[in-house]
Amino acid sequence: MNWTLALPELVLALSGLAILVAGVLPRRDMTFPCTMMVLGAFLLSGAFVLTQPDGMGFGGQYISDAFARFMKVLVLAGAALALLLALDWNRAEGLSRFEYPVLVLFATLGMMVMISANDLMSLYLGLELLSLPLYVMAAFHRDNARSSEAGLKYFVLGALSSGLMLYGMSLVYGFAGTTNFAQLAQVLGGTAPISAGVVVGIVFIITGLCFKVAAVPFHMWTPDVYEGAPTSVVAYFATATKVGAIAAIVRVLAGPFGGAVDQWQQVIVLASIASMILGAFAAIGQTNIKRLMAYSWISHTGFVLMGLAVGTEAGLRGVLIYTPIYLMMSLGAFSVLVAMRRNGHAVENIQDLAGLGRTDPAMALGMAIFMFAMAGIPPLSGFFAKLYVLLPAVEAGFWLMAVVAVLSSVVSAYYYLRVVKVMYFDASTGALDARPSGVSFVLAGTGLFTMFFFLMPAPLLAAARQAVAALIG
Amino acid sequence: MIAGLAFYFFAFILIAAAVMVVTARNPVHSVIWLIAAFFNAAALFLIAGAEFLAMILVIVYVGAVAVLFLFVVMMLDVDFAQLREGVQRYAPIGAVVGGILFLELLLVLSVWRFAPDAAALRMAPMPEGVTNTEAIGRILYTDHIYLFQISGLILLVAMIGAIVLTLRDRPGTKRQDVGAQIARSSAVAMARPELGEGIRREDILRPLPPPAKEAPKPVTHEGGHH
Repeated sequence: MNWTLALPELVLALSGLAILVAGVLPRRDMTFPCTMMVLGAFLLSGAFVLTQPDGMGFGGQYISDAFARFMKVLVLAGAALALLLALDWNRAEGLSRFEYPVLVLFATLGMMVMISANDLMSLYLGLELLSLPLYVMAAFHRDNARSSEAGLKYFVLGALSSGLMLYGMSLVYGFAGTTNFAQLAQVLGGTAPISAGVVVGIVFIITGLCFKVAAVPFHMWTPDVYEGAPTSVVAYFATATKVGAIAAIVRVLAGPFGGAVDQWQQVIVLASIASMILGAFAAIGQTNIKRLMAYSWISHTGFVLMGLAVGTEAGLRGVLIYTPIYLMMSLGAFSVLVAMRRNGHAVENIQDLAGLGRTDPAMALGMAIFMFAMAGIPPLSGFFAKLYVLLPAVEAGFWLMAVVAVLSSVVSAYYYLRVVKVMYFDASTGALDARPSGVSFVLAGTGLFTMFFFLMPAPLLAAARQAVAALIG
Repeated sequence: MIAGLAFYFFAFILIAAAVMVVTARNPVHSVIWLIAAFFNAAALFLIAGAEFLAMILVIVYVGAVAVLFLFVVMMLDVDFAQLREGVQRYAPIGAVVGGILFLELLLVLSVWRFAPDAAALRMAPMPEGVTNTEAIGRILYTDHIYLFQISGLILLVAMIGAIVLTLRDRPGTKRQDVGAQIARSSAVAMARPELGEGIRREDILRPLPPPAKEAPKPVTHEGGHH
């Protein structure tokens, strides 16, 4: 048994337990020290991830490869930055409790388990370790009815999707007699025809994963949860957890079910097209910027699934390039959302940004960069993200998907540009409060990445290529 | 033969008890039917040769979980009749959806095949020469230690979540403060009252209650326009 392979997870889990004790024992408020300790644990775990060798541990339940390392670094970075954003927001809203960073830590650990899963059982347990803290965090503002509603809604739907996924796993296990990914790939990739029961099982597993990435038609929870949950929590939902969910669906579909690509390809194509169309049109009428970001994510999901549906090496590479670029854009946009606060009260309507171009030019410039990037306007990073999933789709002959992608991109540009227009051309309704330093840090970092990605794309492209090579084998 | 009969006997009672759990009007009766269901399920495990699971089911589910359920049912003032209000209305739709799913399941099962190498890939073949308690222990704490530990973390998170969402520091809560107790020296003194006289207020050296505030002015009801 090669347990030292899982050192990043072990370190994170043990430091989580230690931080929990450090938060409970003292009589005073330990939120700030605990947050700093969690950030330290993320850094330490990230260092172990970077030095992790390839291999399998725990009897094939755990795998470490270039793909896992790539995704884990993204998840850890996203979680750390989102936690930084949450620190000031939670304090201002009176939510400052030391359990918050601990829950973020365990959710991140769940994602790492999920990313490194090489077995349906570890995939499921990682998913649950991710989901359970998320339900609690959505309801973290427990005196707020909308936050509680968001938590409950997320919990009920999440439990249902977990149930469906488990049912699908049991069908697959019943067919193959194993839950190990390598053995499943061997069984499903053989020449023997695949029975209908397995197809049902695979579709159910895809359903559960699509719920997590919020692809249409399993997206209904997203706008409500985004709107109801505290903004600091949504900043985590919309960034790190999305990376984890994408990693899980890519790992499962390209790994064990890679041999049965004909069976699931239409499902993903359909989910991709539906997500892009719904994300583009449903966001037009939104006035709440958190709901707008929810629909924006649904449309981005469509693009990610497009790369996955193509199924070729180029398509998967597109997915892996899309993910970090989206992570940075989304973190940047949410750093602005977290800073939206007037006279000490959080505001979340698009109209509240009016006149930001004059009252806070730096933040308005950052937001404009993220909006232009999300709309896919060159030379910002978002353009390359879309390019790298569109090209493989065109090359592989998925014309319908590619045309829908371009058209929905045009439609979604409308609502992204509306935010820019409100910021620069509408009359101000009063300046926002001064932004905290954590927000400025995240804003500057992600803004620079998004703006100047085109100057040095090579390291990211190389890392993505390596990760895909490890995935396809 | 006898084992077969026993299986159908316990299985029948199990299903009947499960139906009673859902349909009983009184929630306390529901919990007691649930305990009956647990016992019968344990008997089924015994027939299948899984003594360990049978005992765990009785000890954990009957001994702990069902008792907790009883506590919760008795302490919370939940109007279960109101919770069930929608059942009549939604039951037909639920039955139709369930029926469709069941039919689809039958369709799937009718063409079910096992993968040719499924038998070779079986994860945990029955070990020879050990009791099933030992077999479970071996698998759980060696092969599946990773999953076992993650399950433990999931339970920990559930605990944190329950505390985060429900524990409240009320302002009036009285907590023991050991430091203050030790530091207190002369606030209270001992006195020896005469027999039959009892203790008077002056015998206990403690601060008198603050003088009562002035009585509020009596409200006059002359206008009579309430």
